[in-house]
Formats: sequence, C-alpha cells, structure tokens
Amino acid sequence: MIFDPNVILKHLPEIISGTGVTLALWLAGMALGILIGFLVATLRRYGGRLIDLPLGLAVEVLRGTPFLIQIFLVYYGGPFIGISLDPIPCGLLGLSIYAAAYYSEIFRAGYASVPHGHVEAGECLGLTQFQIIRRILLPEMALIVLPPSVNLAVILLKESAVLSIITVPELTTTVSAIGSQEYAFLEAIFLLAIIYWVIVECAARLGRLAETRLSTFRFAAS
Amino acid sequence: MSFKLFSLLVQASVWTIGISAISIALGFLIAIGLSAALLSRKPLYRKPAEFFISFFRGVPLLVQLLLIYNLLPFIGLNVPSIVAAIVGMSLCTAAYQAENLRGGFESVPKGLTEAADMVGFSPRQVFLRIKVPIALRLTFPALVNEAIMILKSSSLVSVVGIVEITRMAQDLASSTYMPIEIFSSAALIYLVICWAVALAGRYGERSLPGVAK
Repeated sequence: MIFDPNVILKHLPEIISGTGVTLALWLAGMALGILIGFLVATLRRYGGRLIDLPLGLAVEVLRGTPFLIQIFLVYYGGPFIGISLDPIPCGLLGLSIYAAAYYSEIFRAGYASVPHGHVEAGECLGLTQFQIIRRILLPEMALIVLPPSVNLAVILLKESAVLSIITVPELTTTVSAIGSQEYAFLEAIFLLAIIYWVIVECAARLGRLAETRLSTFRFAAS
Repeated sequence: MSFKLFSLLVQASVWTIGISAISIALGFLIAIGLSAALLSRKPLYRKPAEFFISFFRGVPLLVQLLLIYNLLPFIGLNVPSIVAAIVGMSLCTAAYQAENLRGGFESVPKGLTEAADMVGFSPRQVFLRIKVPIALRLTFPALVNEAIMILKSSSLVSVVGIVEITRMAQDLASSTYMPIEIFSSAALIYLVICWAVALAGRYGERSLPGVAK
C-alpha cells in the first residue's frame, strides 16, 4: 500500500468541500437539535400529561431505533406522503430530529437537577414562569448539561457519516468516491478515518475547555 | 403490508441479534485486556490502549466497517463479510466497554479493598474476590446501554452486504414500493428488541446484589 500524496493534492478541493458539508450539516443539525430538544423538554415539563405522553413516546421511539432506519423512512418514505426532499435537506431534517430526541433527554435531566427550592424562591419573589426558566433554571443547569451535550455532539458527527448511504455529498461520500476513482479505496478510507478522528479530538478538547471555563460559575451548584 | 413481508423482517432480526450478541461478547473479552492495560502504570501498556480507544471512539462505525472490510482481504485474509462485520463491531464496542470497565475498577470503594487487605487477603485474592465482582456489578448498567447501542449500530453492517433487518427492509422496500410500511415495521422490530434488552437489564439489575457506596 503506497499512497501517493499527489492524489490527495489533486482532490483537495473535493475533500475540503466534503468536509465543509459534513461540518455544516453537523453544526446545523446540532443547533436545530438543541433548539427543538429544549422546546420538547420544556413542553414536557410544563405542558401536562396530554403533551408529555405523546412527546415522551416519540422520544422513546427515536432513541430506540437506528438512525439509518429513520433516514430511510424520511428519504424513501417521504415522497409517498408528499415530502420529496433532496439528500442534503433530508439529511439535515433526519439529523436534527435524531439530535432533538437525545438533547431533550439531556435538558430533561438538566431541569430535574435544579433544586426545587430555587424555583420556589423565584416564585416567592414574584418571577414569571418565563423569568424562572431564563434566570434560574437555564443558568443553573448549564453546567450539568454541558458534558453530555459535548458527548452527544461527538456522537452526532459520527452519525452524520451514515448520511453517505443516502448520497449526501459529505465527507464519507466524497472520499470513498475518490478512492474508487483512483483505485485506492483502502488508502482513501484511512484518510477518511484520520479526518474524522481529528475533528472528533478537536471537538472533545473544545468541550473540555468550555467545561473548565464554565466551572468558574459553579456558584449555584448543589 | 402482508404478514409474509413482516415475517421476513422478523427472520432477518436473527442476524441482527446474533451479530450484536457475538460482538458484545467478543468486545467484552477484548475490553478486559484493554482496561487492564489502561489501568497499568507502565506507559508501554497504557499508551497503545489509549491510542486504540481514542481511534475507535473517534471514527464513525461506518468508516471502521469499510476500513476493516477492505483491509482484511488486503492483508491476505479472504474472509466472508460477516467476519469483517463482527470484527469491526467487536473492536468498536471493545473501546467503549474498556472505558466503562476502567471506570468500574476505579470506583471500587477503597475501604473494601483495604478491609480485605486487613483480613489478610493476598493481592490476587483482593483482585479476584473484591475488585472484579464489584467492578462488574458497577458496570452492569453501562453494559446494558452498550448492548442497546450495538443493536442499533448493527444496522450499519447492511453496507457490507449482510442481510439483517435493515438490509432486508431495503430490499423489500425497493421490490414492493412500500417503503413507509416496511421501514416502520423494521423500526418497530428494533424498538421491541431494544425494549426487551432494556427490560431484561432492569430486571437483572434488581436481582443483582447492591453495592455499598
């Protein structure tokens, strides 16, 4: 196995664009997932049983089935109910929904971790429900929520490789295509593994940095 | 959707369950060695184990499977794709299980090992009779979680051509033009398997002895 570095140089623009698509899908999927996940956790907390039960069931189903099956359902099943999506929007939709299910559980645990007395204190002071969420619950749960969120972010990046199966032009698709073109499939997959590894290591380090930064605000813990 | 299609999916689930079970078991054996290396004071053992774990936790399983599927023939091992799939999944879950086991061994209460020391247990006895059972007990919930993760990840071995639930669903969906019914049924089967494992795990945990904090 002799890898010609010129092959990488020749295909550098494609590799960069594939990496770009992966990063963009990852970040957008994560942002949407956090947003929807937070919304779901909040609705489940304040919405009563009628909202909590169906949302809880949806979260359970999303967490109990493989991402690949969910993607197939949206991509191949969508057109039958009038939702024809191109691979990229379909991938983004699938990734966001998948992320939202897991993030909602993280936020649910975050809500549960805030001592009830703090919420009651806020109520006594006459804060509105919204103010309690914004001024008490969110800041206090931030520290609890961060480590599992970073973990999930790494998992999502790795899951995004699955999108290559529905031909989203992301990193895995691009690099394995280059491998087949150049008759150097094994080398290409090695390169692919290294690129993912580097991104994951960077993300994990960034997460740890954020944790140490945030831990200076540990005023409200316990 | 006819009963016949559904029963084909159920039959394919034997592969999903089989591959997952073998991978979890093999992964556990590899993880024992890895976690021992991780807990070693010698960098000669520790560093390679850390490297291995960092790699297998940092690279998507899909990429690992493609890598192993193409690497094995390259180094002269012409094995059926099922072997490549099991090797890939076992190595991946080994990395995760090793981290769990290390955590378990590190959280064995110090007082217990000291007590055993005081009563005159040899270091070997302390390890086998105190540390191992307690660490295994502590990592049991994580093991159940990992089993569920692997069951879901096993859908990826469809890309190396193994006809488990996902691949069967794909084939059926393209031949019957009923993707919604078929993929929903596949999802349902995964859900039932995962719930069964979670339920068994909860039952197992209740029947296992507790551990003093």
